[in-house]
Amino acid sequence: MNAVEKLNMTQENKSSWIEVVALDDIPQLGSRVIETDTMNIAVFRTASDEVFAMKDQCPHKKGPLSQGIVHGNSVTCPLHNWKIDLASGKALGPDEGCTNVFPTKVENGKVFIELTQAG
Amino acid sequence: MKQKLVLVGNGMAGVRTLEELFKHGNDQYDITVVGSEPHPNYNRIMLSPVLASEKTIDDIILNSREWYQENDIELITGDTVTEISRVKRAVITESGREIPYDRLLVATGSNPFIIPVPGADKEGVLGFRDIYDVEQMVQASKDYKNAVVIGGGLLGLEAANGLLKQGMNVTVVHLLDSLMERQLDKPASAMLKASLEERGLTFLMEAQTAEIVGDKRVSAVKFADGSQVDADLVVMAVGIRPNLELAQKAGIYCERGIVVNDTMQTYDPQIYAVGECVQHRNECYGLVAPLFEQAKVAANHLAHIGSARYEGSVTSTKLKVTGIDLFSAGDFNEAEGDESLVMQDSAAGIYKKLVIRDDKIKGAVMYGDTMDGTWYFQLMREGTNIADFRRTILFGQHDLGDAGHGDAKVLSLSDDAEICGCNGVTKGDIVQAISKNGIFTLDEVRAHTKASSSCGSCTGLVEALLAHSVGDGYDDKPSKKGMCGCTDHSHDDVINAIKEHELKSMPAVREFLEWKTPDGCASCRPALNYYLLARWPAEYKDDAQSRFINERAHGNIQKDGTYSVIPRIFGGSTTAQQLMDLGRIAEKWNVPTVKFTGGQRIDMLGLKKHELPGIWGDLSEAGFVSGHAYGKALRTVKTCVGSEWCRFGTQDSTRLGILLEELTWGSWMQHKYKLAVSGCPRNCAEATIKDFGVVCVDSGYELHVGGNGGIKVRVTDLLCKVETEEEVLEYVGAFTQKYREEAHYLERTAPWVERVGLTYIKECILDDEAERKALCERFKFSQTFAQIDPWKARAEGEAAQEFTPLKIAG
Ligand code: SRM
Ligand SMILES: Cc1cc2nc3c(=O)[nH]c(=O)nc-3n(C[C@H](O)[C@H](O)[C@H](O)COP(=O)(O)OP(=O)(O)OC[C@H]3O[C@@H](n4cnc5c(N)ncnc54)[C@H](O)[C@@H]3O)c2cc1C
Ligand code: SF4
Ligand code: FES
Repeated sequence: MNAVEKLNMTQENKSSWIEVVALDDIPQLGSRVIETDTMNIAVFRTASDEVFAMKDQCPHKKGPLSQGIVHGNSVTCPLHNWKIDLASGKALGPDEGCTNVFPTKVENGKVFIELTQAG
Repeated sequence: MKQKLVLVGNGMAGVRTLEELFKHGNDQYDITVVGSEPHPNYNRIMLSPVLASEKTIDDIILNSREWYQENDIELITGDTVTEISRVKRAVITESGREIPYDRLLVATGSNPFIIPVPGADKEGVLGFRDIYDVEQMVQASKDYKNAVVIGGGLLGLEAANGLLKQGMNVTVVHLLDSLMERQLDKPASAMLKASLEERGLTFLMEAQTAEIVGDKRVSAVKFADGSQVDADLVVMAVGIRPNLELAQKAGIYCERGIVVNDTMQTYDPQIYAVGECVQHRNECYGLVAPLFEQAKVAANHLAHIGSARYEGSVTSTKLKVTGIDLFSAGDFNEAEGDESLVMQDSAAGIYKKLVIRDDKIKGAVMYGDTMDGTWYFQLMREGTNIADFRRTILFGQHDLGDAGHGDAKVLSLSDDAEICGCNGVTKGDIVQAISKNGIFTLDEVRAHTKASSSCGSCTGLVEALLAHSVGDGYDDKPSKKGMCGCTDHSHDDVINAIKEHELKSMPAVREFLEWKTPDGCASCRPALNYYLLARWPAEYKDDAQSRFINERAHGNIQKDGTYSVIPRIFGGSTTAQQLMDLGRIAEKWNVPTVKFTGGQRIDMLGLKKHELPGIWGDLSEAGFVSGHAYGKALRTVKTCVGSEWCRFGTQDSTRLGILLEELTWGSWMQHKYKLAVSGCPRNCAEATIKDFGVVCVDSGYELHVGGNGGIKVRVTDLLCKVETEEEVLEYVGAFTQKYREEAHYLERTAPWVERVGLTYIKECILDDEAERKALCERFKFSQTFAQIDPWKARAEGEAAQEFTPLKIAG
């Protein structure tokens, strides 16, 4: 199945897990960027090997969250230091805003994300 | 099963201890709190503004009843503990409750001292201690006219001011001939008195109270000389006595207060005590700052961490009467051999005095303009040698060049004045956040408002607002401030621990110093990474995930997520070939903007991240290395044309600049680090606003340090003059390494030099030749690991993941 077919499936079934990268290819406390036709998605890996995915766009001024520092279950945006919760995509502390998150799972060392909520 | 912790005294020190305990995560105790007052914990300090109708009771609640619930604390208010049974390990209350404990925390505060004169028990005679007293005073002000306050100290004057605001006629009676004699010298005291008189207070000095006259309620106060004044309300504010009765009855050893050791333990190891009821190393404290330090230590032991010790506190005082600025700390009366610096401007109502011993501040009294009080206090606590700026110290930190701190007159700003330009936070936002959330520390202000959390240049303003809004409760101990929310250890603690205990990895540091978070945060991780790298250049492996994006990607992230590329142009001196190569490469990569930087080199802006290794490869082939324009690192060495061409040039400044850049490029620092060499004192390379500047003169080279041309301009200090280029290189190496080893992360040389003092730096670098050479050697050693071009390495494939996006359709 090529990527376009995957995309079609995504839109028809409204649910589809897509394998994106091997877990080992994301640095611990780091991230990788997935480029899609419509947006960039950041995939983060925490110290305890949990994986989170969200739209690579800070709710503040669209900073690339993938480039921030990951700590605990949050990431600090590289542009103006907003702290974003990886699980919910919500800004923490005094800031308010939210970015889209995507479900992820890790099976056999591979990371999958589900793009149903893409938009 | 959980142990039982009982707190007697629902006041500021006790509840703060619980808060500190929760920071360690409390899974060990079931907690019960018993307090005599019917209220949850409130900010006692703020009773004065409540009395003056500037605040309401609701404003000053620190912990609401919901807070106790959320933390599973059983709160008993309006009941008093009357007995501690150490045999049964239980406390017994007035209403007959018996509450068992495994650990007991006594924080019963103190009682106002009521002078034992006849009539002192009459209705209308009050202390000034709690909400009840304030309510009684406010009620009396509605029903009666005349108030007498006995005691011309801090509390007495705040009470008098409040009663005056409530519309009463107020007379302040003081036993001695000057007000606040324990905090103020005579001139300051006289200025204070004059300004309070102007507001309408009447003073009776050197008056000894003999009797409270009246039937059921007081009607007058009579003095030893037979005179008397009318009074419907008498407030006694002549001092406080630690409330130790309960402990004493239980046989716990007491002197003036309940005696505790450095871990806040009483003579009964199950029983801890904190707050005003305590006597530690012979001192009893009556201000919250020391009590909060005690609370931290007690919590550390209750949580069974057991590493903290309380070693006593130095305190300072401010008067919370709106419109009167007064600050006092330390010994303000000169002893023999002391000197004092005094500035007095009676017309403007300003008086400042510093007492100096051996070039260190021993005490300070300020009246009228107290902006710099916290700064003097910090210099005093840290024992900073002030010889270098003694001539201007009284004009304040502002006058020092002020590298990133302080500012004049923050208090006179209007509420909509913007304090934090980065996050658009106004003075009103900050003040409101402080009072609404019961904030005491800078970190809390940052968390609640974001002010001062970005560039930090407004930190001084925020600290001033804090100090003013919460009085002395504000934690203003920069030297002891934790690095960030993840730890209570200061930068210096961390730097020393890494060195002394040979800690060589981040997990080792976090474990040894008991970090509260498993992997730190965006603020401590880069700092730790740097400290380890600077200390163990050969052994420590840089952690890319602990670097800010610019340093991780070796380019500067721009607002649209693209990056800039600035190759190094040594000494700002280039060739036609280099320029053609740069032109060719810029064209090949379609670079959107090419610009000369302010640092004498060329910036190519707007490259996509995945393009970086490619363009770096081309640059590397043409002989360029990274310019580190993105790093807390050696940036540029600016030069002028110098003696080779210029008709005024005294030395070959361009060549020396190139030599210096060859020596220093690639080194990581706590902050950006810039050099410049000017060929003569006309100083075309602007060497006197650089971290290290060289100004060539006929007879050699002047070396200047600690300059800054950025947010706050600071002119360098002259370090010394040397005669040869070799010496210049050695001094640059030594100074740079000294800074690299000792400054705090994100502290540039300008604030560092101001903090440690030029004298200290001179001692290490000028006076001690062996130390200078050793520093320089250490610098060169670390450079053998640092001068590996990161761009070339990445062009050849290092850290490829960082630059390679994953692609899927979707
Ligand atoms: C490119 C350049 C402006 C230009 O087009 O000329 C520049 C650009 C930036 N400067 Fe600068 N500064 C540049 C010369 C300067 C100078 C002039 C100089 O070096 O002679 C100064 C004042 C001198 C000084 O540092 O004392 C300067 C003082 C600052 C400051 C304030 C530093 C301070 O201690 O107060 C910052 C903010 C900071 O570092 O926190 C800053 C921060 C920045 C940042 C890194 C802001 C950021 O984080 O994105 C800008 C990066 C843009 C980019 O992607 O390249 N830039 N910056 C200059 C690069 C010089 C170079 O060749 O490396
Ligand atoms: C008007 C005023 C202004 C002040 N201004 C400042 C200032 O500007 N800066 C500053 O640093 N400090 C100031 N202080 C001092 C500061 O408020 C105290 O140092 C601090 O509150 C002491 O804390 P504590 O916990 O030891 O005692 P408290 O806060 O007094 O708490 C003790 C609590 O224990 C309760 N208690 C006592 N015995 C028992 C018992 N047997 N059973 C149950 N409960 C009991 C008491 O009722 C009280 O609620 C001021 C104080 C006052 C009164
Ligand atoms: S002055 Fe410096 S930081 Fe400010 S916009 Fe210009 S380049 Fe950016
Ligand atoms: S864009 Fe993320 S904090 Fe501003």
